[in-house]
Amino acid sequence: MASTIQSPIALPRRSDSARGSESGIWIALFAITMSFAAFISALFIRQASSDWTHIAAPPILFGSTAVLLISSLMLDISRRQMGTKSATYIKEGNKGLVFLAATLFLGLAFVVGQCLAWRNLAAQGLYLATNPNSSFFYVLTGVHALHVLGGIAALAYLFLQLVVGNSARRNLVNGVVVYWHFMAALWVFLLVVIWERL
Amino acid sequence: MEVPEIESVRWFFTERGEHLDAALKTQAHVHAPAEGFLGKYVFSLDHKVIGKQYYALALVSVFVGMVLSWLMRFHLVWPNAKIPGLEIIAKTGAPGGIITPEYYLSLLTMHGTLMVFFVLTNAPFAGFGNYFLPIQIGAEDMAFPRFNMMSFWTTFVAFLVLITAFFIPDGPPISGWTAYAPLSAVGKDAGPGLGWGQNLWVISIALFCVGQLLGSLNFIATTLDLRAKGMTLMRMPISTWAWFITSAIGLLAFAVLLPACLLLLLDRMAGTSFFIPSGLVVSDRLQNHAGGSPLLWQHLFWFFGHPEVYIAILPAVGIVSHVLTNSLRKPLLSAKVIIYSMMSIGFLSWMVWGHHMFVSGMNPFSSLLFSFPTLTITIPATIITLIWLGSLYGANLQLNSASFFALGFISMFVSGGVSGFFLAQPSIDMYLHATYFVVGHFHMVMGVAAIFAIFSGTYFWFPKMTGRMMNETLGMLHFWITFVGTYCIFMPFHYLGLVGNVRRYSSFVDDFMPALMPLHKFITIAALTTGAAQFIFLFNLVYSRFRGKPASDNPWKGTSLEWSIPSPPPWNNFGGDRPVVYHDPYQYGLKGSTGDFIMQTSPEKILNE
Amino acid sequence: MGKLFGVILAIIALASAYPIVTHMYVQPVDISTHGHAIDEQLADTMAEAGLSFVLAQLLLAFCVWKFSNRKEGAKVFHLPGGAKLMVVAAFILVGTEVLALDVLGQKAWAEVYFTAPKPDALQIQAQAGQFAFYFRYPGPDGKFGPLHPDKIDEGNQNYFGLDPANDVEARDDIVTAELAIPVNREVHLLMHSKDVGHSFYVRELRIQQDFVPGLDLSLHFTATQTGHFEILCTQLCGLGHYNMKAYLNVLSQEDFDKWMKQKASEQ
Repeated sequence: MASTIQSPIALPRRSDSARGSESGIWIALFAITMSFAAFISALFIRQASSDWTHIAAPPILFGSTAVLLISSLMLDISRRQMGTKSATYIKEGNKGLVFLAATLFLGLAFVVGQCLAWRNLAAQGLYLATNPNSSFFYVLTGVHALHVLGGIAALAYLFLQLVVGNSARRNLVNGVVVYWHFMAALWVFLLVVIWERL
Repeated sequence: MEVPEIESVRWFFTERGEHLDAALKTQAHVHAPAEGFLGKYVFSLDHKVIGKQYYALALVSVFVGMVLSWLMRFHLVWPNAKIPGLEIIAKTGAPGGIITPEYYLSLLTMHGTLMVFFVLTNAPFAGFGNYFLPIQIGAEDMAFPRFNMMSFWTTFVAFLVLITAFFIPDGPPISGWTAYAPLSAVGKDAGPGLGWGQNLWVISIALFCVGQLLGSLNFIATTLDLRAKGMTLMRMPISTWAWFITSAIGLLAFAVLLPACLLLLLDRMAGTSFFIPSGLVVSDRLQNHAGGSPLLWQHLFWFFGHPEVYIAILPAVGIVSHVLTNSLRKPLLSAKVIIYSMMSIGFLSWMVWGHHMFVSGMNPFSSLLFSFPTLTITIPATIITLIWLGSLYGANLQLNSASFFALGFISMFVSGGVSGFFLAQPSIDMYLHATYFVVGHFHMVMGVAAIFAIFSGTYFWFPKMTGRMMNETLGMLHFWITFVGTYCIFMPFHYLGLVGNVRRYSSFVDDFMPALMPLHKFITIAALTTGAAQFIFLFNLVYSRFRGKPASDNPWKGTSLEWSIPSPPPWNNFGGDRPVVYHDPYQYGLKGSTGDFIMQTSPEKILNE
Repeated sequence: MGKLFGVILAIIALASAYPIVTHMYVQPVDISTHGHAIDEQLADTMAEAGLSFVLAQLLLAFCVWKFSNRKEGAKVFHLPGGAKLMVVAAFILVGTEVLALDVLGQKAWAEVYFTAPKPDALQIQAQAGQFAFYFRYPGPDGKFGPLHPDKIDEGNQNYFGLDPANDVEARDDIVTAELAIPVNREVHLLMHSKDVGHSFYVRELRIQQDFVPGLDLSLHFTATQTGHFEILCTQLCGLGHYNMKAYLNVLSQEDFDKWMKQKASEQ
């Protein structure tokens, strides 16, 4: 393999990405999607058994859905108020903070709503092991709520960074926003599954 | 201070873009060097320390797993033998030191679990990958060092939870590493070890999933985001590509196993019936479950389980390709083809899980559907093997412990691969399923080939990791005994399978078995001998760490980035400088260059790149 | 050392092939109607796989022999044809094998699974439970009585949980611990699991099928030779798995009828 050596060539420029946590969130969302796909597949296989029945979705679910979707809206307004220019957002007054706080509050309200939905089911005598439909209801809403709590923790972390440290990295903001919107969209999908299948 | 805007970069395969270095400096993934004993050696954020921690965990796991296999092999040919001391560890499992049938199955379950999860996913992937992926792409560390540290410690806790099962009164579970329902789901009615033993197993594996998910996430983000200047995707070494593809598979596969474990735990502890149908009478007790599907567990498990075995083998393929390129002193016929073949294997691995379920009661038409991609996956595997063999032709092969194990891998990969041909066909699987033929197949590919790649990587990278060379004489001795020994152990498994010797039996009481016992005795002796030889490796590892000959920065005259930094590397890998990459890592055997190779960091230009 | 590797690998490859080529370890006699298709396919696969195995190992041995320990300053060169040749070779070699095995290989599978049992096949129910197989014949009425899991009482030999007091069809059911069948008559085996997963494997019949709790599975086969054969459980089912077996007795029609009469009287 003959070759000769010449002077250094002009390199294609390759730079670090500043995407940080945003990358991580997108990758994590693939994994989370796969996990819920596994649960949904299990549901489809399980529903073929003769003991598959029907449970009425507690009406409060629609309330909590609205709450979650509004929280998404709040978060997006907050992000816009924080601007999109710099890699690090430097807090100016309360820009974005109020709507961020609203998101947090509504997120917590959503989880409370889910707890109320579980109590509604329990009042009807429907517990985790009562029938396959109730099992899936608790599992799907429970696992989703757990992920929402994770999002709430991230929102709280971001909020504290802004209040105490007066700045936050753009990719952290973007990451949290993407995650939160995904949780809302996922919830809508789960609601349809619950309504149609359970 | 006005910080310039960073344009977002299109992720895949787009390397062009002008970005301001000044802006980059504020975004660099810099972390301070560790301080204090805990910070440096225990809860270190340094990917190199974490890689070594994974490797150490894998080393402990493999020796425990190996001892378990000795006990199993011993019991099969000398069932009434008293194992001194065993009655202390296993009061109910081995009273008087004699292994009971249930204890044999516990040993079998733990052997499989430890080896597949804690060895084959840990060492070649989490161990070497953590250590070398950032270095090979020119990064200072992984994208998320804290998640990286958490992923190791989660895995470590998973290991502790699993090992605890040995010491509870009822012992470890007896349902195999595959934990089929309802045996694994109905609880202690079904047998010893299936109470808290099984619970601990499920919790351990669930924790393991979390650790792996965090790890895979890190690998993917790091590979996509933190490559140095000039390090395009196609200039990454094959080992890096292998870790990258493996982490993509792992991210999705473990994301399925975790829900499966949750559902199994709910069936066991919360009375749900995901996997347990109605009307089961176990140990004279009618089980209070209804409607669940045992096949659902199998589908979920194998949908994870098949990609898992490619998670075990692809990093091995990457390591062997990397070591081989260096040992041949010439490029492989085509690294790109190997990379694309690995990608095809990764893609096809999702479509074949049903070949573990041909006779499971699944729709027989599905079996034919699964058979086709299973046979097809042979094509990229064959391409890779032929490229290796073809590259050997005309090489200037440098022989040492690392390259011998790499060559041994090729031999084992072929052996393990061809037996797959039989099992991929449902008609033949009707006869060979659950026989020693299957056990021979997966041991050759996983238990030998993948382990050979770990050995090869160890001998190859030990100088870089420790600054010392391993002893070559001991390495050669280790290789020869292991190479011949593993063939002596596992080739006979195929013969046993052809006769119909069933697997997972704690004793052989069938009418046709006495004629096969001499072969079983041969296997046991080979296993004990080969196992003993692994202590040569262990001794070499420990001795060389402290007394080995000092190693230069580039003892193997390699081209990839790990050979451009000191042995061992400083805490920030490249000493605070960002390396610049000019070529792919295959510039070997070139006239007129500085020696017969050109490093990736060297600006010497090669025509026809 | 390179030459040593070449020699040892060649010996290993040939030594591995030796027991196969000399038929030292082979399947037992085939007593089923579909078995010859499986045996043929197995032999074809063995020839192809075996040849690939030996050739690949010898190629590896040869390359290591020839291209290691080379003279100082030896030139490296590429195989003519390069990667492209290897890719094409892989597609041709493996592709044709895959097609051949997949297309031809469906025969035996189809014979077992895609044909319905004949209407006059002898129906027998097999129940697998920790750690024994039991079999049930429908008796003169040709019907099986329903199963009541809550009535299972092994101490009183009510393995299936039958209720002859209340179920008419159960009164003449014949329960045995061995599977006796007439030669050259199709058997339709209904498979039921009492507790966990098990499997039905008779090497000589070249047949294997899991018992899945909750699923009504069945197998049909015809034995072509009389004899005494082992039924093995091949699905890990607990501590007694290694010892869970029964016997398949293939009898002449005459002997089978005698046996049935005798079993019926023992119920």
